[in-house]
Amino acid sequence: MSNLLAAAASTSFAAPANVAFAVLAVFMIAAAVRVVTTKNVVHAALWLVVVLGGVGINYLLLQAEFVAMTQFLVYLGAVVVLFLFGTMLTRAPLGVSDDLDNNQRGLGIFVGVLLFVVIAFATITMFTNDKLTFEAYDGRVTTAGSNGRTQAVSDAIFGSYLIPFEVVSVLLLAALIGAIVLARRD
Amino acid sequence: MLLNQFLLLSAILFSIGTYGVIVRKNGVLVLMSIELILNAVNINLIAFSTYWGLGGQVFALFVIAVAAAEVGVGLAIVLLIYRNRRSIDIDTLDELKG
Repeated sequence: MSNLLAAAASTSFAAPANVAFAVLAVFMIAAAVRVVTTKNVVHAALWLVVVLGGVGINYLLLQAEFVAMTQFLVYLGAVVVLFLFGTMLTRAPLGVSDDLDNNQRGLGIFVGVLLFVVIAFATITMFTNDKLTFEAYDGRVTTAGSNGRTQAVSDAIFGSYLIPFEVVSVLLLAALIGAIVLARRD
Repeated sequence: MLLNQFLLLSAILFSIGTYGVIVRKNGVLVLMSIELILNAVNINLIAFSTYWGLGGQVFALFVIAVAAAEVGVGLAIVLLIYRNRRSIDIDTLDELKG
């Protein structure tokens, strides 16, 4: 733990990306807490937009531009709209409702804190102050004459990961048909 | 940037999502908490792909696709529960309880 603090106080933490990350992390955690505690279903969906957008900006900080754009398109564009449709179709209470939580709050807090302590202990002991060095990363994924990271990602998808990619496309088709069959009135 | 800052943010989001899955009883809100968990995993995958290699980005894309499918089917099931019982209270679905 003291190693982590020392690493956080070193000059690398003064980089603008770290300031952006800190602000973003505070907003994301606050919004995530609101998602699971708010008493209004529509507000929960809108707080979820803040979390998902923050995750997308995190991808940009980690220089995964293609995944970030996919995150914005799929999550902010489609999934949140799907949640709002679900809220509408199930006639969820649109205003403040006290009937959204069960009486397992103590168990929930216990499991959440326990999980966080275990994961945080594991990651802090394993990767105490390992730095993300983008120069080495760029040298590894972008070979001479290529067009950067997005091309490297597409080469990976349509090269070594081609069969999983095809399986995912079949899965999407199955989910599409399944959702239609389930939701159809007959 | 440290690798750990992303891993810890992801751990916090994962724990909050788990809390939501346990505490919420509205079906749509449970699905939203599951989205929090999946996004926490995705932050981990992208951070490790920056740390080690490209595979993490590809798997994050797969997770996004599978999450979209999961939300579609999950909301269809919630809709069906609503049609059959006029309520999406998950805690009342206890027919399997002995």
